[in-house]
Amino acid sequence: MTTTASPTADATRIELRAAANRVRSRHARLLVAPALFFSIALTQIPFLVTIYFSTLRWNQLRPAEIEFIGLDNYAVVFTGPDFLPSLWATVLITGTSVIMSLVLGMLFAVLLDRRFLGRGLARTLMITPFLVMPAAAALIWKWSMLDVNVGMVNVALDAVGLPAIAWNTDLPIATIIILLTWQYTPFMMLILLAGLQSQNREVIEAASVDGAGPWRTFRYMTLPHLRQYMEIGVLLGSIMMLQAFDPIAIMTKGTGGTKTLAYLLYERAFIGLDVGEAAAFGVVTVVVTIVVATIALRSLFSVFVKGGER
Amino acid sequence: MLTSSRSLAAGAGLVITALALAGCAGAGGDQPAGGDVTLTLATVNNPQMKDMEELKGEFEKDNPGITVNFVQMEEGDLRAAVTADVASGAGQYDIVTVGAYEVPQWGAQGWLTDLTDVLADDAEYDVDDILPPVRAALSVDGRQYAVPFYGESSILMYNKELFDEAGLEMPNEPTWQEVAEFAAALKTDDRAGICLRGKPGWGDLFAPLTTVVQTFGGNWYDSDWNAQVDSPEFTEAVQFYVDLLAESGQADPVSFSFTECLNALSSGKAAMWYDASVAASILEDPSSSEVAGKMGYAHAPVYKTEESGWLWSWNLAVPQTTKNADAAIAFVKWATSKEYHQLVGETLGWTRVPPGARTSTYEIPEYKEAAAAFAPITLEVMNAVNPEQPGVDPQPWVGIQYVPIPEFQDVGNQVAQLVADAIAGRSTVEDALAAGQKIAQAAGEKQQ
Repeated sequence: MTTTASPTADATRIELRAAANRVRSRHARLLVAPALFFSIALTQIPFLVTIYFSTLRWNQLRPAEIEFIGLDNYAVVFTGPDFLPSLWATVLITGTSVIMSLVLGMLFAVLLDRRFLGRGLARTLMITPFLVMPAAAALIWKWSMLDVNVGMVNVALDAVGLPAIAWNTDLPIATIIILLTWQYTPFMMLILLAGLQSQNREVIEAASVDGAGPWRTFRYMTLPHLRQYMEIGVLLGSIMMLQAFDPIAIMTKGTGGTKTLAYLLYERAFIGLDVGEAAAFGVVTVVVTIVVATIALRSLFSVFVKGGER
Repeated sequence: MLTSSRSLAAGAGLVITALALAGCAGAGGDQPAGGDVTLTLATVNNPQMKDMEELKGEFEKDNPGITVNFVQMEEGDLRAAVTADVASGAGQYDIVTVGAYEVPQWGAQGWLTDLTDVLADDAEYDVDDILPPVRAALSVDGRQYAVPFYGESSILMYNKELFDEAGLEMPNEPTWQEVAEFAAALKTDDRAGICLRGKPGWGDLFAPLTTVVQTFGGNWYDSDWNAQVDSPEFTEAVQFYVDLLAESGQADPVSFSFTECLNALSSGKAAMWYDASVAASILEDPSSSEVAGKMGYAHAPVYKTEESGWLWSWNLAVPQTTKNADAAIAFVKWATSKEYHQLVGETLGWTRVPPGARTSTYEIPEYKEAAAAFAPITLEVMNAVNPEQPGVDPQPWVGIQYVPIPEFQDVGNQVAQLVADAIAGRSTVEDALAAGQKIAQAAGEKQQ
C-alpha cells in the first residue's frame, strides 16, 4: 500500500503546485493588464485605423471625394513603379550602413578599450556624432563637408590634386551611407565597448600565457564573447537606420536610388497628400518588416534563439 | 536679509500677476482689437521673411498684447507642413505664407479667410496699389484670399565684370542660344558659366525649367488636359537644360537651388544665373555679396516666345481655422502696408524693401535710387509677362511656372526627380520624360 500512496501524494503535490502557479500567474496577468491595455491602445488601434485608411480614396486636397475603394491602393503599391526600387534602396542603404558602422565601431571600441592619456576626452569626442540631431548633421554634411565649392572633403581632395566630387549628383547612395555610418558608428562603438569591458581579464591573461598573440586572442576569445553585443548592435542599428529620413530629405531628395521606404511614405503622404496610398504603403512596409525581422530573429540571432540558456 | 529679499520677490511676483490679470481683463472687456494673443506665422526662410521677423517688434509695440511667433522653413517643407495643416483643419497656424500656386485653389476650397472687404474698407491701406497681375492671381471670382508680401518674376543676372573681361555683351532680351554661348565662353575650372537650379522639386528645379519648356513651345498639358511631357518640344527644352548644365553649369547641380546659386553668384563662383528677380536685391547688398555693383540684369532668355519670365508671389493669408482672425488680419495688413515698406527702407536699407507687391514702392525716391540696378527691369518684366498664355499654345489655366491643380506638386516633384537622374547621367532625357508622361497623364485625366 505504501508504494501506491507515494504516487498519489506526488500527484497531489504537483496539483497543488500547479494551482499555486495558476494563482500566481493570474496575479501576474492582472498586474500586467493595464500596461498591456495601454500598449494595445497606443500601437494596435492606430495600426487598425491605418489599415482602414488604406482602403479609402482620400487625397487631402480633394476633401469632398473620400470614398471606400477596397484594395485599389494596394494594387497601386504592387503594380506601381515605386515599391520594389524603394525596398531595394532601403535594404542597400540600411544594410551597408549597419555593416560599415559595426566594423568602424569595433575598431574604435578596441582602441578605446586601451588605457591612454585623454581616454575620457577621446571617448566623449567619439560619441558626439550620435548626439547631433539628424537634421543638423545632414545640414553640416551638406554645407560644411560635401559642398562642391567650400566643403572640407572637396577642399581636401583639391589639396592633394584630386578633382572635387559632386557627391549629391554623382554618388547619392554613397553620400547617404557615409552620413549614416558617421552618425551610427558611435552607437555601435558604445555597445561593443560595454562588451569589451565586461570581458574577463583573466581569460585574456590565460590566453597570452598560453602563447596566443593579440590577433588570435581577439579572434578566438574576444570576438566570440562580443557576438551577442554585435547582434544587439546590428538589431538596434537596423531599426534606427530603417527610419532614416533627414539626410535624404535634406540632401538627395530621393533621387539616384535613395528613395527609401521612409522617404517614399513621406512623399506619398505630404507631397502627394494621398492619405489612402500612403497608408497602404505603410501597411505593406510593416508587414514586410515583421516578416524579415521574424526570420532574422529566429535564425540568425543567438540572443533570441538561446537567450534562455545563458 | 534673506527673508526680506524673498518677500520682495513675492511682492514683485504678485504685482506682475496683477498686471497680467488687468491686461487680460482689459482685453476681454471693451477692447476688441487688443487681447493677449500669440500668433503663429509659418513662413519660408527667404531673406525678406527674416527681415519681417526682425521688424515684428514694431508691430508688437503698436499692438500691445499681440505676440507674433515665426516658424521658418525651407520652401518644400513649408508647403508640406502648411498644406497638411490647412487641409486637415488642424489650425496650428494663424497666418500662413502661401505661394501663388496654392492661393486660388485653397481660396476656392474655402480654407482661407476672404480678405476682399477688410482690405477695401481701409482707405489708408490702398488695396488698389497692389500690382494688378499679382492681385488677379490671388483672387477667385473677384474675391481676394491673400495679400502679396513680395512678388517676383525671373530674370537673367550676370556678372558685368566677367563679361567685360571676356569682351562679351549681354543684350537686354537674350535668347537661350546666346546664353548657352556666353556660358560656354565664361566657364572655367573653378567658375560655372551659368548657375541653374537642379534640386528635385516642382518649386525648385521645375520653376525655371517650366519657363524654358514654355518658351521652347512645350507645356505640361494641352488645352484638353492631355499630358505633353514627352512631346518633342518638352524633350528639346529639357535636353537643352541638361546639356547646358553639363557643359557650363555648376558642379554638383542636383544640390543646387535658389540659396545655393545665390551663394555661388555672390562669391563669384558663377558668371550668370537665371532665377527669381528678388535675388537681385540680395546680390546688390554689399554686406552679404562680393559682387554688389558689378551685376547686370536682363530679361529671361527666350526662344519661341516674346517673354519668358515667370510670375510668382509669396503671400500672407489667414486660414479659416484660426481663432485669432482679427489680430492675424491686423498683422497681415501691417506687413504688406506702405508704412512697412518705409520702415524696412529706413531701418534695414532701401534695397531690402519687398519688391513686386505695390506700385507705389517703385515711386519712392530712395528706393528708385538704391535699387536703380534692378527695380526698373523687375517692374518691366512683371508687367510684360502673360500668365494666361505664357507658352506658344493656349493653356487651360492661369499661371506661368506651375499648373494650379492639386496633383501638380506631386507630378512636378516626381518628374523633377526623373529629370535629376537625367542631369546626373543615370538615365536619358527621353526615358525620364517617358516615365514622367505617365505620371502627368494620370493627373491630367482627373481634370478632364
